[in-house]
Amino acid sequence: MTDTYFEILRPGINTTIQDTGRNYLYHIGITVSGAIDQRSYKLANYLTNNKLNEAAIEFAYQGPLLRLKNGKINFAITGNVFFNIIRNNSNVEEGNCYQNYILNDEEQIDIISTKKSVYGYLSVSDGFKLEKTWGSYSINTKAQIGPNDGKKYSINEKIYIKKTNVENVKDKKINYKNYFDNTIRVIKGTNFDYFSNESKNIFFNKTYSVTQLVDRMGMRLDGPNLKNVINTNIKSEGLIRGVIQVPADGKPIILLSDHGTIGGYPKIAVVILADLDKVAQLLPGSKINFKEVNLEEAEKLFKDYKLETDKYLNEYS
Amino acid sequence: MIKNISNLGDSAIYCDFGSEVNETINTNVIDYFNCLSLLIKEKKIQGVNNLTPSYNKLIISFDLSLINFSKLKKIIENLNIEKDIKINNQKIIIPVCCDDSYGLDFERLSKSLNLSKEEILSFFFDKEYFCYMTGFIAGMPFLGDINKKIRFDRLETPRVKIPKGSIGITEQFANIYTHESPGGWNIIGNTPKKIFEKLNIEDPALIKPGDKVSFHQISKEEYLKFND
Repeated sequence: MTDTYFEILRPGINTTIQDTGRNYLYHIGITVSGAIDQRSYKLANYLTNNKLNEAAIEFAYQGPLLRLKNGKINFAITGNVFFNIIRNNSNVEEGNCYQNYILNDEEQIDIISTKKSVYGYLSVSDGFKLEKTWGSYSINTKAQIGPNDGKKYSINEKIYIKKTNVENVKDKKINYKNYFDNTIRVIKGTNFDYFSNESKNIFFNKTYSVTQLVDRMGMRLDGPNLKNVINTNIKSEGLIRGVIQVPADGKPIILLSDHGTIGGYPKIAVVILADLDKVAQLLPGSKINFKEVNLEEAEKLFKDYKLETDKYLNEYS
Repeated sequence: MIKNISNLGDSAIYCDFGSEVNETINTNVIDYFNCLSLLIKEKKIQGVNNLTPSYNKLIISFDLSLINFSKLKKIIENLNIEKDIKINNQKIIIPVCCDDSYGLDFERLSKSLNLSKEEILSFFFDKEYFCYMTGFIAGMPFLGDINKKIRFDRLETPRVKIPKGSIGITEQFANIYTHESPGGWNIIGNTPKKIFEKLNIEDPALIKPGDKVSFHQISKEEYLKFND
């Protein structure tokens, strides 16, 4: 029997496989990776009846054009994405995010673009046929780790799908509320006091914007310069997702899933967990206002974030 | 031992061991790292995602749905480092070829340090180094301390591509570029030895924090034959 797979007719801008990421490797210089928008990723798996940590395709801006070969599958797309399903009778069906669809042999999924956001996810029932590297399916293109030799997908490549049975698949649909909120909540960083009082005020009261220099490693911002009055370098030390570091040029950088594991720039603040999905979805040119919260508030906001995710996950249980 | 414990965001702990960079402080950091790694392996601590030891800090990131800052802080404060088993660190010898085709910055270093290439190399090879940490890129070791006479700043404009295997020096440290990468260190040679092997899933990084590393010079002929 022949294997079921997606044939890539157009790869899209940055199409990779992601999951919840890999852990316990920071100390040898390997970063976490994983889906940038964890909630959207998990909901894609939920809609296709997978375990929530199953591998999914992540795409950015323009997604891939995929033709299904040798099989019949159940799939779902999440995020805020404009996509079509090209049926065998040449009918073009406009797709909706946050619901599942059956795709027949030789039919195509055309992921045209994300709307007012950067990342989207495609999940198939039972997942893709891939090998884990250090406990994760995530592709880290900088270190070339993970499936597809750690590279983003190219034209004519194949993504194999595990054996799946779609006979008894039920319809699932989530009434997902996309929110576009430019207030990013942060906790003061370990080097907050390296900055002048004026710069501390600026950081919380002025608007920053997302530049074109943004990828899975990090997001460079533009806005008023932040003046360091102690030292523009620190002795290199560990980093985590969400750290906002400020190099000598005074422009903040927010670290995302593929960030370097250590660095020597002062940390002015750290984005709270509850806002990490949101910040990574901001397009170049978007405005950002930082709002300070304390640890207790951040922990409460994370509980709310989890409850909201769970609410979606319980719609069909 | 730990001078101060604070939170880095809502899902990491920042252990500060001091502001200086020296072997004593770094050994403290590594002892905590080894002790915590063991407890995690034995599933005595749950919810920790990552540990990052560096010169004088240890950052512990965790899953906020399983544990939080105050609970983990208590565990760390109550660790008994003395009683727990210390991991034996290894001694590693790295072959280096310093032919001018690999040592890219001898001219710049000679001029600024007022030393000949031979003098720079004799200071460099005449020492056993200590691995403070690994990171930045996968498996890259930060080794110290190099002789005061050969300490120099980073390149003003970093190179876009430094070849894999390059040995770099800057300030009090030496490192090895485990794969091709941008970087600003002064390059004095190249090793044919694999420092990071991603196909070796169990043990990909040859050099680990706490290890002792010495270098020995090889000819270009020996370099080229090394992996035959």
